[in-house]
Amino acid sequence: MSLVKTTESHMQQQPRTIRARFQVRYLNKRGKEFSLDVDLNLPATGITAIFGHSGSGKTTLLRCFAGLEKNVKGELCVFGNTWQTNDDSLATHKRPIGYVFQEASLFPHLNAEQNIQFAIKRSIRKCTSEQYEKVISVMGIENILASYPQQLSGGERQRVAIARALLIQPELLLMDEPLASLDQKRKQEILPYLENLHAISDVPILYVSHSMDEVARLADHVVALEHGKVVAQGSLSDVFSRIDIALTDHESAGVILQCKVEEKDDRWHLMRVAFEGGELWVRDSGDKIGQHIRIRILARDVSIAMSCQTDSSILNRLAVVVDEIIPDQDESMSMLKLRSGNDYIVARITNRSHNQLALKEGGKVWAQVKSVAVIS
Amino acid sequence: MIFAESDIDAIWLTFKLATTVTVLLLVIGTPLAWWLARNRSIWKSIVGSLVAMPLVLPPTVLGFYLLILMGPEGVVGQFTQAIGLGTLPFTFGGLVVASILYSMPFVVQPIQNAMESIGERPLEVAATLRAGPWDRFFSVVLPLAKPGIITASILGFAHTVGEFGVILMIGGNIPGETQVVSVQIYDHVESLEYTQAHVLAASMIAFSFVVLFGLYWFQRKQNLNGFRLGS
Repeated sequence: MSLVKTTESHMQQQPRTIRARFQVRYLNKRGKEFSLDVDLNLPATGITAIFGHSGSGKTTLLRCFAGLEKNVKGELCVFGNTWQTNDDSLATHKRPIGYVFQEASLFPHLNAEQNIQFAIKRSIRKCTSEQYEKVISVMGIENILASYPQQLSGGERQRVAIARALLIQPELLLMDEPLASLDQKRKQEILPYLENLHAISDVPILYVSHSMDEVARLADHVVALEHGKVVAQGSLSDVFSRIDIALTDHESAGVILQCKVEEKDDRWHLMRVAFEGGELWVRDSGDKIGQHIRIRILARDVSIAMSCQTDSSILNRLAVVVDEIIPDQDESMSMLKLRSGNDYIVARITNRSHNQLALKEGGKVWAQVKSVAVIS
Repeated sequence: MIFAESDIDAIWLTFKLATTVTVLLLVIGTPLAWWLARNRSIWKSIVGSLVAMPLVLPPTVLGFYLLILMGPEGVVGQFTQAIGLGTLPFTFGGLVVASILYSMPFVVQPIQNAMESIGERPLEVAATLRAGPWDRFFSVVLPLAKPGIITASILGFAHTVGEFGVILMIGGNIPGETQVVSVQIYDHVESLEYTQAHVLAASMIAFSFVVLFGLYWFQRKQNLNGFRLGS
């Protein structure tokens, strides 16, 4: 076996990146041939979302990382260790990964604690009692450890499964739509736990999702997949400011910006947040001054004016440069990519307005932002 | 005492035979069932058919060929003679070999069904938790197949107790060596000892009912409580 043993890797300084090239073909459930063909260079920190519609190959891609998919051609190199070459592949149980499956995947013959112990016993690294306590308390499962999976709710099962995947102490954590099988209420219950993952572990995460909300809240980087091909990859704001590709339906097209809370206006319940390219007044979300938050601006909530109009109800106006104009799928509309400093926002306007205002790429305009959502 | 001494011997021999056969069948049948549950090739159908043959064959057919194979001129017989065991027909060992073949489907099929119903997912989960193939078999497959294994043990034991044809062909009727309960009843009837036959026959009916009732009760509870009762 020519593959590098993973346990030796801690000794040497290896480049902290993930290089992946996969090709796999198979017949999908409807008997149609599906092929996944990707070439990725992923950063080895934070949460990377693998985003796309259902049937775009997200789960297959994640299974390739885990070595669960059969007949995969390609190469995978994680932090300098080769996990797969064209003719050799490291077996799943020899890869230092953690995997959270889409649906409850606890062993039915073991209770919650035994499920977690299953991982701890087999982990290469020793689990200290502090680590154990911390993961159990962050996941909020202290009181359900003695229960069997069939006695737990979907949300509880998934929290136990996440704790189990963390306590195997992986070098790479793979999560396949961990919230997809849950209803809205349970999703809201688990999301904060996922946001807190940063606090207990610095393990890089590949997070498969088709939910714009989850990606907006959790991801630092995005790989957008469509029909088994990568259509965009990069930081969250770079990928979602691409207007040349339809990542979501046009109603929810929009950008996500990292901001810092600068000032509070208690009288009007507003706060001022700053991003690289400007400042915005948004509804006070209760976050403290100095805190980093994410905001989302939908393309349909941005309109264009040629001058700074102070006599309107719109609170936020940004001086921007038109970077790119592209016809929308809807033939009456256009999508605009607008640059404000080093950040981008997008706007969706009618072609008639586009024509009336004689908008051109490179032109200076005012973006009027009607609504801003604070997402975390 | 209702049972004659020869009846007690027959009951004890039957119990010894059924226990030996069940234990050996679990040892042989579990890996075989796992292989059958995972295999997708033509071999699965071939081996599966061979295992199921005793379900449809008259016991006399199986007994006849085993008698020939294990006899002094047969391949198996020559082998057992060569290693100094003598020939197997008309010995307890011969009964064990014949009963293993005859009860095989009753043990392999429930285990195979239980293993097939586990599906891929628990094995994939175990693999992502660093469990290698052997580890997965012992820590995931066996516990999850436990209800099937329990059903298989009960059926294998009961079916061996209920054997007649194969035993008569292979073992004949040697008291203390091959004279099991079913053969003993036949003997009593032949000699017109109807009272003795009644006692043993009625005991068999009671035994069969209790075993089957226990099995169905176990399976019903199984359905109600998912996997938990078996573990």
